[in-house]
Amino acid sequence: MDADAKVDARGLNCPMPIVKTAQAIKSLVSGQTLEIIATDPGSVKDFAAWSKTTGNELVEQTTDGGVFRFVMRKK
Amino acid sequence: MTVAELPMAAPAAAPQAEATPRGLAMICYSGELEKTWAAMILASTAAAMGMPTKVFVTFWGLQTFVKPEKRITGKNWMQKMLSMMSRPGIGHRKLSKMNFLGMGPWMMFTLAKQYGVSKPAELLEAAAAMGVEFVPCQMTMDMFGLTREDLIDGMGEPVGAATYLSYVADGSAPIFI
Repeated sequence: MDADAKVDARGLNCPMPIVKTAQAIKSLVSGQTLEIIATDPGSVKDFAAWSKTTGNELVEQTTDGGVFRFVMRKK
Repeated sequence: MTVAELPMAAPAAAPQAEATPRGLAMICYSGELEKTWAAMILASTAAAMGMPTKVFVTFWGLQTFVKPEKRITGKNWMQKMLSMMSRPGIGHRKLSKMNFLGMGPWMMFTLAKQYGVSKPAELLEAAAAMGVEFVPCQMTMDMFGLTREDLIDGMGEPVGAATYLSYVADGSAPIFI
């Protein structure tokens, strides 16, 4: 699935993957998707929490080695 | 009485897809590097979570929000001397322990860079860009002889404790750092 926008948060630590995601999702419209690539292991729980609180849906989540990929659909 | 019955523990309404999350009302009281860091992490993350966030900046916390180019602030000799002894500005915070004339902060910043951790100044910029409102304490400004012009741009109107508490009364979660 090709996302409408992408955030490369590799190498960034808490809270920047979340902060950059929140900033990037602003430029999307409802229903569009944002792909986030992160290497912070804490981001797995953090993106679940962010999704729950903001209402943006976590539609895909994969792990490849130490790289975490998330796809969020804007509320 | 169980914890659940205490009014303090009354939970906010169950999160709904459409609901705005509960706001955050932070008091940024401390001026040490480690506490400034924590305050900026929480402020920027709260904004990213969509929580309406206000930070009441008071006492030593207000020193952090003085423009970086300001070296001496204040009107009388005591206010001036206080700013001379402890340089204001977010880039000049000291660790409460193991500061060692700047060696401690230097090691912290080196480690932060190595581990991809953003500095307090970067987090402040992100928080402000996402709409966090930083509100200076009028009483602290008076006591330290600070003017609006001494403080970084974009801060709210100076207010007092009652205004801060009104944020909490309106349902925002209080955090004191």
